[in-house]
Amino acid sequence: MTLDMLPIGRFARIVAVHWPALVQEEARRLRALGLEEGARIAVSHRGILGGRDPIAITVGRMTVAVRRAHAAAMEVEEL
Amino acid sequence: MSRQRPEGNRRVALVGNPNAGKSALFNALTGARQKIANYPGVTVERKSGRFVLPTGEPVEMTDLPGAYGLDPTSPDEEVTAKVIAGHFPGEAAPDVLVVVLDASNLEQHLVFAQELLALGKPTVVALNMVDLAERDGLVLDAAVLAEELGVPVIPTVAVRRRGLAELGEAIANAGERHPGPGLTALGQTERRVAAHAMADAAILSESKRHRLHAKLDQLLLNPWVGPVILLAILFVVFQAVFAWATPFADALDAGVSALHDGVKAALPPSLLRDLLTDGVIAGVGSVIVFLPQIVILFAFILAMEASGYMARAAFLMDRMMASVGLSGRSFIPLLSSFACAIPGIMATRSITDPKDRLTTILIAPLMTCSARLPVYAVIIAAFIPHTSVWGGIGLQGLVLFTLYVVGVVGAMAVALALRSSMTKGAASGFIMELPKYQMPRLKDMAIGLWQRAWIFLRRAGTIIFMVTVVLWVMLNFPKAGPGESQVDASIAGKVANGLAFVVEPIGFNRDMALALIPAMAAREVAVSSLATTYAVDAGDNEDEQALELGDQLKRRWTLPMALAFLAWFVFAPQCMSTIAVTRRETNGWKWPTFMLAYLFGLAYIAAGATYWVAVAAGL
Repeated sequence: MTLDMLPIGRFARIVAVHWPALVQEEARRLRALGLEEGARIAVSHRGILGGRDPIAITVGRMTVAVRRAHAAAMEVEEL
Repeated sequence: MSRQRPEGNRRVALVGNPNAGKSALFNALTGARQKIANYPGVTVERKSGRFVLPTGEPVEMTDLPGAYGLDPTSPDEEVTAKVIAGHFPGEAAPDVLVVVLDASNLEQHLVFAQELLALGKPTVVALNMVDLAERDGLVLDAAVLAEELGVPVIPTVAVRRRGLAELGEAIANAGERHPGPGLTALGQTERRVAAHAMADAAILSESKRHRLHAKLDQLLLNPWVGPVILLAILFVVFQAVFAWATPFADALDAGVSALHDGVKAALPPSLLRDLLTDGVIAGVGSVIVFLPQIVILFAFILAMEASGYMARAAFLMDRMMASVGLSGRSFIPLLSSFACAIPGIMATRSITDPKDRLTTILIAPLMTCSARLPVYAVIIAAFIPHTSVWGGIGLQGLVLFTLYVVGVVGAMAVALALRSSMTKGAASGFIMELPKYQMPRLKDMAIGLWQRAWIFLRRAGTIIFMVTVVLWVMLNFPKAGPGESQVDASIAGKVANGLAFVVEPIGFNRDMALALIPAMAAREVAVSSLATTYAVDAGDNEDEQALELGDQLKRRWTLPMALAFLAWFVFAPQCMSTIAVTRRETNGWKWPTFMLAYLFGLAYIAAGATYWVAVAAGL
């Protein structure tokens, strides 16, 4: 399952990230924010108008907003 | 930009992740004695100030832009990386680093901290916002952290001035370090693992208490309730900007008038007196009256930023902004532009993606700013009948609303066009930390407000002053001969004659062309300049003189002309200050020139189309 499909409130671990699908700078920024392989995360909020975009992700003690395209590049495993 | 720093003073740089409370710590250490400038060549703010260590040694303190690492992903991070490495032209490398950590987000902030410590510079760690961590049920042991990191770790609460003396002490004693291979050889992933281990070791106790911000987010980011709350907040902001500012603006206006009359009465009639009163005081005064609006608007923006709500507003609006190729970060700058494009363009600094930021700057003038209101109000009152349509909706209000909507729709269309041409690039992503909620501190707000107000006033004192003087000269020279009107004889009059030829196809007459010239300084001047022209024109004819401006307009303009004039002002970049601030924020004349060209082009087309459609419709 990719991260954009994860229902709100469920915890998961990022098992793989398809880095080449992301713009290099954004990939670096995601890494810097701790969104990379091995991170334990949960989807905490979704945007208005159907909730496709953006997605708020809890990682550690931090909440990070990303676009669906970023989340779709991350393979997760529910915990 | 002057940077007179006595040689020999050590340089101390505050560095850390965004949202680590760096600016609050910087404010607490240096107080209001700060120098704000741009780093040369980039529009990243350079904040510096003086701090006296407990030993009596004065040091120069800089607040480096927040960064997640030394491998830059934004202009801010690039500045930080270069300054620390000593590679930034004209900037000496800092002698001591103060790494600022958010105590309640250690496992994240320690990643960058390790990268900084690996540099081997004299370093002190400020474990900041320990009070908020305690509020979240997190108790930390700074000594454990100091042992792990090998540098002093000082718990601080910047906003309560806790730990500042100890921090100063540690800075004074910070010396050369030789980081072991355990720090230097690590990659990003190893640092993350180490950060987790260190954070776990430093945590003495942690309660599973539900954190306040999670609860607030449940409400404020709710897909249904969230937008309603945002809308309500925005309504209050607009209400404040337009209603609360009025008494202050009126008072300033009265002050400017009093000064104008006072100077006029005190000095003997001369050219110099006229330059001073009709040129300088009237011109600069017409811009100064916007200060209350700008201060109130920025008070709200700063409060929204400091409280952490701004990021939530961006989150809520991201989807809509994405549809025109922008991101949620553009929302607040564009919103601010409804009051005035200048604070709006200044607020684009929070947009990390350079192309996003440029697009936002370029469309900001299309948001209907408050300076257009006087123009709209006069024309609408004169030409649009005071009647109701569709049961109770006033036609005048409807026209005004339409003008706002046309501006917004135009901006969205331009954003789309720009994003697929001049500012083309990978679809701008939206990756943003949602910081913890915090009570905004009055002192930080006051410092921020003062800085914004000062930037605005300084511009009024320089660029606007110069433009005003030039316009005054153009309107007053050469002197009119007997029986000739000064306006006709002046350079501006001649220019207007030339301009009239250009704007004739879009239905403008010479008076309208003339009004456009002084309105370059500020849009609302169009009104006073029309009033002056018709007052001069009326001469000694008392019946004519008694007519209000609205009646004058009605006698001299047709409805299609008036509508074309309104359409012109929706798009025309008639504001020197906006052009000047765009030059400042984009670092050159390329983009302000482009902005002028495209906005005038749009204005010309819109006014022309309006005129001919209205004529064809028989209005």
